[in-house]
Order: sequence, then C-alpha cells, then structure tokens
Amino acid sequence: MIYMDYNATTPVHPDVLEALLPYYRQAFGNPSSIHWAGRMVKGALEEAREKVAALVGCDPVEVVFTSCGSEADNMAVKGVAAALRGKGNHIVTTAVEHPAVTNACLYLESNGFEITRLRVDRRGALNLDELEAAINEKTILVSTMFANNETGVIFPVTEIAEIAARRGVYFHCDAVQAVGKVPVDCRGMGIRLLALSGHKLGAPKGIGALIVRKGVKLHPLLHGGSQERNRRAGTENVAGIVALGKACEMAGAEMAAEAARLKSLRDRLESGILALFPDAQLNGHPENRLPTTANISFPGLEADSLLLNLDLAGIAASSGSACSSGTLKSSPVLAAMGVEPPLARGSVRFSLGRENSESDVDFVLDVLPGIIERLRGQQ
Amino acid sequence: MVKHNKRKRVVIAMSGGVDSSVAAAILKKEGFDVIGISMQVWDYSKFTAEEGEKFDTCCSLDDIHDARRVAEQLDIPFYVVNFEEEFQRLVIDDFVNEYLAGRTPNPCVRCNQWLKFELLLKKARGLGADMIATGHYARTELDTDGRYRLLKGIDPAKDQSYFLFTLTQEQLAATLFPLGGMTKQEVRALAAAYGLRVAEKGESQEICFVPDNDYVRFIEEERGKNLLSGNIVDRTGKVLGAHDGTYRYTVGQRKGLGIAHPEPLYVLGVDAARKEVTVGPRDALYSDGLIATAINWIIPVPDAAVEASCKIRYRHHPIPCRIVPIGGNRAEVRFAEKEKSVTPGQAVVFYDGDAVLGGGWIEKAVNSER
Repeated sequence: MIYMDYNATTPVHPDVLEALLPYYRQAFGNPSSIHWAGRMVKGALEEAREKVAALVGCDPVEVVFTSCGSEADNMAVKGVAAALRGKGNHIVTTAVEHPAVTNACLYLESNGFEITRLRVDRRGALNLDELEAAINEKTILVSTMFANNETGVIFPVTEIAEIAARRGVYFHCDAVQAVGKVPVDCRGMGIRLLALSGHKLGAPKGIGALIVRKGVKLHPLLHGGSQERNRRAGTENVAGIVALGKACEMAGAEMAAEAARLKSLRDRLESGILALFPDAQLNGHPENRLPTTANISFPGLEADSLLLNLDLAGIAASSGSACSSGTLKSSPVLAAMGVEPPLARGSVRFSLGRENSESDVDFVLDVLPGIIERLRGQQ
Repeated sequence: MVKHNKRKRVVIAMSGGVDSSVAAAILKKEGFDVIGISMQVWDYSKFTAEEGEKFDTCCSLDDIHDARRVAEQLDIPFYVVNFEEEFQRLVIDDFVNEYLAGRTPNPCVRCNQWLKFELLLKKARGLGADMIATGHYARTELDTDGRYRLLKGIDPAKDQSYFLFTLTQEQLAATLFPLGGMTKQEVRALAAAYGLRVAEKGESQEICFVPDNDYVRFIEEERGKNLLSGNIVDRTGKVLGAHDGTYRYTVGQRKGLGIAHPEPLYVLGVDAARKEVTVGPRDALYSDGLIATAINWIIPVPDAAVEASCKIRYRHHPIPCRIVPIGGNRAEVRFAEKEKSVTPGQAVVFYDGDAVLGGGWIEKAVNSER
C-alpha cells in the first residue's frame, strides 16, 4: 500500500502518538481546574502553545487552539466580520480558496457582506495590482491561502501582507497546507491571522489553531468559558494540543531536510510521468509551489477512473475535492486557473510525505502505463 | 453463472438496497473479484435545501451510505461514480421531454440503457473488469448458436426483464444477473443469512428522482408552470372542460378530470401539439394493437411476422400478439384480443414464454377499421 495523499491527511507520527497518550491516561485533568489533576496538564498546554508559536513565528499568547483548520478559518473570517462590521462590509479573497474560507465568505455574502474573489492566472498566481485595486474604504479583511491544497502553488504572502497593512486592512492567511512543509513566519511576513491544522503535519485529526496577532479585533465563534483567553470556549483538547505541539516541534527540526528529500521524490515522479506520457501537463507554477505536491492532467482521461485504478493497485492519490458521498466534483481551483475542462477532468494530485520513498515513486511509474493504456483502450 | 470463469473481475452496481447487496454477496461467495460501484445520479440535497440556503452541500445519500457499509461488510472495494450530468441529460431531460410531448415515459429503462449498461459497463472495463452485475430479477443464457438469450427472472412477482429489453448481445455477454434464479423471499432469506445490514430494508420507490411521486410538480420545477394548458375534449372534438397541462394526464386515467358527466370518463389520448386531452368512455380505451419504434431484438432480427406475447407496461400480464415488422426498426403489434390503455411512451416488450425476444417504444395505439 502506497500513500501519496498527504495533502488530504497524514498518519500520526509515532513520536507524536507517544507524546499524546499520557494525556488520555494518567494526565486526564481539566486544565482550568486548580487541583493537582488540572495542574498536571496546564503546563503541557502552555508548552505546546510555545512550540506552535515557535514554528510559525508568533508569540505563544497569540496561539488559539481550535478543533480543526476549518474552524480556524471560520473563526478568522466570521470573527473579523463580526468585530469590524461597523467599519466596513467588504472582504477580498481569491477564487482558489479552500471551502472553509470560500463558504464562510459565501455565508457572509448572504448576510450583507460584499466579497471580491480575485482571479488567478494559468499557473495559479495572483496579480498583486488587482489585489491592491480591489481594496476599498469598506474593506475589512484580505483572506488568501499560503499554499493551494490542489496545486501546491504558493502565494506571495509577504507582499500580500504588506499591501493589506499599508491599506489598514487585516490579512488572514489559510496556511493549512503550508505549515510544516515550508517556512511560515507570521512576524517576519506580517501575517495578522493564520490558520493551521494538526493532521496535515503528523498530529491527529481534531486539532488546529488560529494565530491571532496582538491587537487584532475578533469575535469568538464559540461562546462559553474563558478558555484560550476568551477567544475560543470549550474544554481544551489537551491530548490533541500536546500532539500538535510535538508535531510542530518535529517539523521545525526536520522541515528543511525533509522538504529537500520530498522535492527530489516529487520531481522524480513528475519527470517520470512526463517522460512516459509526453501529453501530460503539470498544473500550477513549476517552481513556486510546495515541494510535496504534483498536480498532473492526463488529457482525455477521467480522473476518477485513474484514481480507482490506482486504488485497486494499492496507491492512494486524489483529485479535486471529494464529496461526502465520495464522488469527485470538477475542481473549482483548476477552473479558476483557466485549465480547460477536458484537462481538468483528467487531473490527479499526488502529495508526498514522510513515509514515501524512491521505491514508492518507481512503483507508481511502473503501474501507471498499464492503467492508462487500459483506459485509453476504452475510448 | 457456472459458465463463467471464477476470479474474473466483476463490477456490481450497488444501490444500497437488498437486491444488489445480496447479488454482491453471492458474487463474492462464488469467488469473483468483486468491485462495488454506486452511481450517484441525483443531488438529493435539492429536496431539502431552501432557496438561497444551498451552499456547496454534497450529496449525502443514505442509500449510498448503505451500499458502502455493505461493501465494507463484504470486504470488497467500493466506489461512487458521479453520473449526475449524464443522468440529467439522458434520463431526466428525456423524462420531462416525453411528458411534454404527450407521452408517458419509462425512465428506468432509459437508466438501464444509457447508464448501467453503457456508462457503467465502460467504467467497469476501465477498471479491468470483464463484466458488470446488477440485482435485476432476470436471467441470461448462452445459446448453442453463440447468442445470448434474455430470460425472465424465475420469481413471477419480481421479474424485471421488461426493463432490460434494450440490451445488445455485447451487453448481455458482459452482464451477470445473480438473482435471476431466485425468488424475492429467497433473496431476503439470504440477506438475513449473510447478516447483511440492509436485510430488513424496504422496497425502493418507483421513480428514484421523484421521491414524493409528484411528477407534475417535478416537471413544473424543471420547466415552469402553465405549460401546455388547454382543453379537454371528447372524441368528436367537443370541448368539455379545461386542463392545466397535458403532462398531467396519462392514457387510462380517470381521476382529476374535473368534468361532470353522466358516465365515467377516461383519458383516451394526449395531444401536446394541440394541447388537448381527449376523453371518452371506458370501452373506447381498447385498441387492436400498437406501433412500436426503436425496436431492439434480442433474437436475430426477424424478416417476417412473429407470433409472440407482449407486455405493454411493467405491471401487465403478457398478452398474445403478432409482431409485423414495418421497416426502420418499427413494427405493428396486433393483439389477439383488444387491449386496454395502450400508452404512448411506455415500452412494449415481446416474449416467447420466459424468453425476451425484443422490445420497443409505443408510438401510438392502432385500431383496424372493421
């Protein structure tokens, strides 16, 4: 079995699992409690906060733990909208965001907000002049991703942050796909809000975080107790938080070497596929993207047939975004890039991670020709 | 199925119902390399989402979840393929167009014809499968002359061969019907014996995309209201009343005419072009035969008249008839005795005992002058 869908989720790293297990056993306390059981976990919580802050370049007090990346994105977009409603009702985002941002904006749009969705070019890049021109006196938020989940294309967040800051507008960055894969530095890049998700970097599902830089006005999504400095009510997912801290610590230590290793694997996969199928096309900017992600179109083929065949061969890859029923929808990201529908329909994403090796890549390259030959024979 | 080589890869079309679940279980038990596939053909969220509230809700269909759980139970790979666009184009649009043309369509035949035995079969071949299987109550048999025969399922109450008359020899050769030799009772017993989680599940509804059976509302939601309203007339053309759309009427229908008349009136015909619904007494519903179009023969195409029996709707006992080819995949079907409510748009399927000879679509009723 070969897993090449790390942008969807990652296995929990064994060391992360080791780190979290005590918090499902003896260290079970509620961190808000004053007694020994509470004290046992309170320190771990704050230590994890420091580790997350260290990876993404912010102060520990700026880290708000959430249940997932989607919650973090929702909290940023809706929380800013609620807090700054009196100031303006306009949000600038892009046409290639994750549904967590897209649909939060859609919800706000149905409640009186105006949304500008910036186009991207054929390689998935933003036009910063358009971004600047889209900001008006009613704009309260610019929300873009750091790296695209489907293509891996990286946006120029430092420049985006600079424009937003110059125009006095908050910048929220959905960095769910970037954190742990490429350097992310809220302070250095000028990012005011940043969403991340644990299960994309070796922590379990069910834990994420929103970085809320000091001074940012934001209403909570969840009201209740005073956890997370009143930013996010609800008893903390202590084990998840500890795991996220551990995963961030490990990513900080290993990211550079791991990124280089995965980039060479990814490039081997890509050049292998392009050599086998000269009409295959790479989607997204060839350099300016995550080192782990390859999005490749096979003209004339249907992605789901390809993926089903890969699955039957034990290879997990993906395409577009999956429906809850498990069917595939055509990708709005590739459509926004202007990828022609016949190419978009035949696009497959391989996203690599910790457990992939050269032999995995070679196995995929061995299996693909037979599958593609069979599918082309069906036409 | 004994004739087929074991360990062959076969794709079973799984609806999440008892029949296709048991069919999958049988194939698995017989040693086939089984892959389960559900066809997602309809965005069921359309039925619940209120206007303006519909975000990017994916189609979470209980039946697909059931199919998935059964596949997990059987330990077979399971996939959902999205045929929404094709279903809209090939089945729903056809369904609506047929009603708007004054006919009474049969979407299940269309779905079999264009989706299951065309697109799904193609998808299956793309997965390296030689065959597809369905939970239909029907049988296939290889003749000594190398031709496949299509036979009724042995459970007379469940036989679904009527819905399969469009199958070509190539499709029949690539199709397995594991339930053809079983009764529904046996299938249910097997579902229980296998411990399938859907063993207790009820029968599915007739038209899957019109779950409330209100096809009129469905058509009006697709194409708008006040289409094709006009007059209700008698056989002489005398206007008896008005109606709100010809598609609301089907030959043989008695209710919903809203006309006070000394004797009961039945719909005799629907003329969408003239926006007229013709009504008359019960005995006027009987006709001597019909014209069938787009005929598919399972047997070699006959060059002379064929004595057979035919069903003119699914719930119909076959009646003796003579099929006279009139060229262009058409035939005149003459009933041995007059038959009630020949309905344009329905399928007429020809039988010789258990064997399906072929079938076609009813264009119109015919009455010979006597």
